[in-house]
Amino acid sequence: MYTTAIFYFFSAILVFAALRVITVRNPVHAALHLVLAFFTAAGLWMLLEAEFLAIVLVLVYVGAVMVLFLFVVMMLDINLDRLREGFWKYMPVAVLVSVLLMIEMALILGGRYFGLEVMGTPSPQPADYSNTRALGRLLYTDYVYAFELAAVILLVAIVAAIALALRRRKDSKFIDPAEQVKVKRDDRLRIVKMAAEKAPGAGIQDSAEKGA
Amino acid sequence: MSLQSFAPVLPEIFVLAMVSLILVVDAALDDGKRYITYTLSLVTLAGAAFLTLRDLSSAPGVVLHGLFIDDPLSDVLKLFVYLSTAAVMVYARAYLKARDLYRGEFFVLTLFAMLGMMVMVSASHFLSLYLGLELLSLSLYAMVALQRDSAVATEAAMKYFVLGALASGMLLYGMSMVYGVTGSLALGEIAQLLADGTDLRLPLVFGLVFIVAGLAFKLGAVPFHMWVPDVYHGAPTAMTLFIGSAPKIAAFGFVVRILGQGLESQVAEWRDMLVVLAVLSMAIGNIAAIAQSNIKRMLAYSTISHMGFMLLGILAGTQSGYGSAMFYVLVYALMSLGGFGMILLLSRAGFEADRLDDFRGLNRRSPWLAFIMLLLMFSMAGIPPTVGFYAKLSVLQAVIELGYVWLAVLAVLLSLVGAFYYLRVVKLMYFDTPHDPQPVAAGADARILMSVNGLAILALGILPQPLMAVCAHAIGASF
Repeated sequence: MYTTAIFYFFSAILVFAALRVITVRNPVHAALHLVLAFFTAAGLWMLLEAEFLAIVLVLVYVGAVMVLFLFVVMMLDINLDRLREGFWKYMPVAVLVSVLLMIEMALILGGRYFGLEVMGTPSPQPADYSNTRALGRLLYTDYVYAFELAAVILLVAIVAAIALALRRRKDSKFIDPAEQVKVKRDDRLRIVKMAAEKAPGAGIQDSAEKGA
Repeated sequence: MSLQSFAPVLPEIFVLAMVSLILVVDAALDDGKRYITYTLSLVTLAGAAFLTLRDLSSAPGVVLHGLFIDDPLSDVLKLFVYLSTAAVMVYARAYLKARDLYRGEFFVLTLFAMLGMMVMVSASHFLSLYLGLELLSLSLYAMVALQRDSAVATEAAMKYFVLGALASGMLLYGMSMVYGVTGSLALGEIAQLLADGTDLRLPLVFGLVFIVAGLAFKLGAVPFHMWVPDVYHGAPTAMTLFIGSAPKIAAFGFVVRILGQGLESQVAEWRDMLVVLAVLSMAIGNIAAIAQSNIKRMLAYSTISHMGFMLLGILAGTQSGYGSAMFYVLVYALMSLGGFGMILLLSRAGFEADRLDDFRGLNRRSPWLAFIMLLLMFSMAGIPPTVGFYAKLSVLQAVIELGYVWLAVLAVLLSLVGAFYYLRVVKLMYFDTPHDPQPVAAGADARILMSVNGLAILALGILPQPLMAVCAHAIGASF
């Protein structure tokens, strides 16, 4: 009974916060509401006995990702009016489509197929059960391939971010004395051998003289 | 788990190790020494091909706790992925150099994308399928955006990214439904559980709809094709060449693994969905291509129609159907490499040969390249004796075996529509006068590869049997 009350309390806050994320005008407020949403979701996971995931969600998403996100939002000078251009024009169609989609999906799925009657209530784990250990064991044995792949994807993200964002300024007048000292003759002067050529423009006169 | 059980994964491990090495080596290189990166990348491909060839297995072997499968299908697809990636690197070199894109990131991202494709074609689990797809897609998004100063490239990358993310979301949602019904993510287990029948039919079909929609997005099948022309057009041509070739092979493997191996018992459900996708793709692809004046856009619409044609083979749901679709996609990759490669060959610094007008009078500028382009266009249109004809023929045979004669007739009619715009390119090359009569200035390596590419299309058209036998064997031994 007590947990049910907590569940509904958290769920209500979560739905409210999630709605606010997409409806508030100010992006900083939206980010803060997202923090609230993550935090409440972590509370829900705690109720599901997924303590490790709940703590990781708070640490990683609230602690690191969202703080970075806030920095980005504050540093970028986003012109909100331009972003919201055409918002009301597309609103009716968007609402119609999404409401229809939601109704259709609810009609098909409902609670009939994956509800408690079908799936059964999960039995609670004993007090000394550690889901951190269980997760770790799965992650580093059965799913080690997937784990490594996820790591490679992160590496791609790093490479891509650097490739797209690192821009060496070509117009910078900065001088590196170490580079200047190390310079060699060959870096500055290149001697090439080539066959003699007529100077452009001189050719016509030459042939004219010959003909004369 | 012994060391021996890692043997089937050796090509992937090797590629990953080499990419990491290239990443470190390239960071220390001057711009003038970029050829080291280039050589190392080609060495990586050769090494991976060697490891895959050494381990050509006859029976499927599932390792890494059911996440990875090593079977003839994956081996053959991987070999063709290596081949197309190598061709992309050779074709693209001069083009990239001229546009200040000849950087280590191109090679690293290409190889990462290739690693993603390798994971996709030898995945036997929803997790590895999805992760492979993301590895491929993320690398491709970044590659499209690599030309930062180009507004169209950035726009293309943005569209590709947003729609690709949406497609991934759909795919994941569908997969989660299948997981809800079966309680398993491994394709083999799902197939077994569903073969016995399930009382949760409705959510299963519901999930299937999302999976098919996600796959159609990734393939670029109508009505999920909106991104294809914009991305093909906007991306630097070297990236378009890559997107248009190897990933199609991987996408075939991806679709066959999910629909053919995991959800084969639901063939009656997904066949109807694929029929709709195939017919619409062939119709819209072929008709919209006629109106294009940009050859990259034209080839993008042609991709859409070819993917529709390939779906015809898959929707048969039989071994001969999968075999013919595999033959079709391998041949398509070959033709696509040639087609986009030709645009790269005709381009030079500061000039992009991406309009149809740029092919005007190619015969006078370079008769040999014009002849190769003629072969490519004939093959895409499906005119004998090029291999495109046999690819279409074998797919149509599979469809007729199924009893869908009307579908085969429709496919032939729509291909006839398509023949118009392919032949228009031939007409421009042979019967019009060039705007700019100077001969094509392309490097010897790219020219030789283009000749091999074009002649392969002719040779395979005269002798299609060996490749068809390879496809039939790969499918037969893996199902």
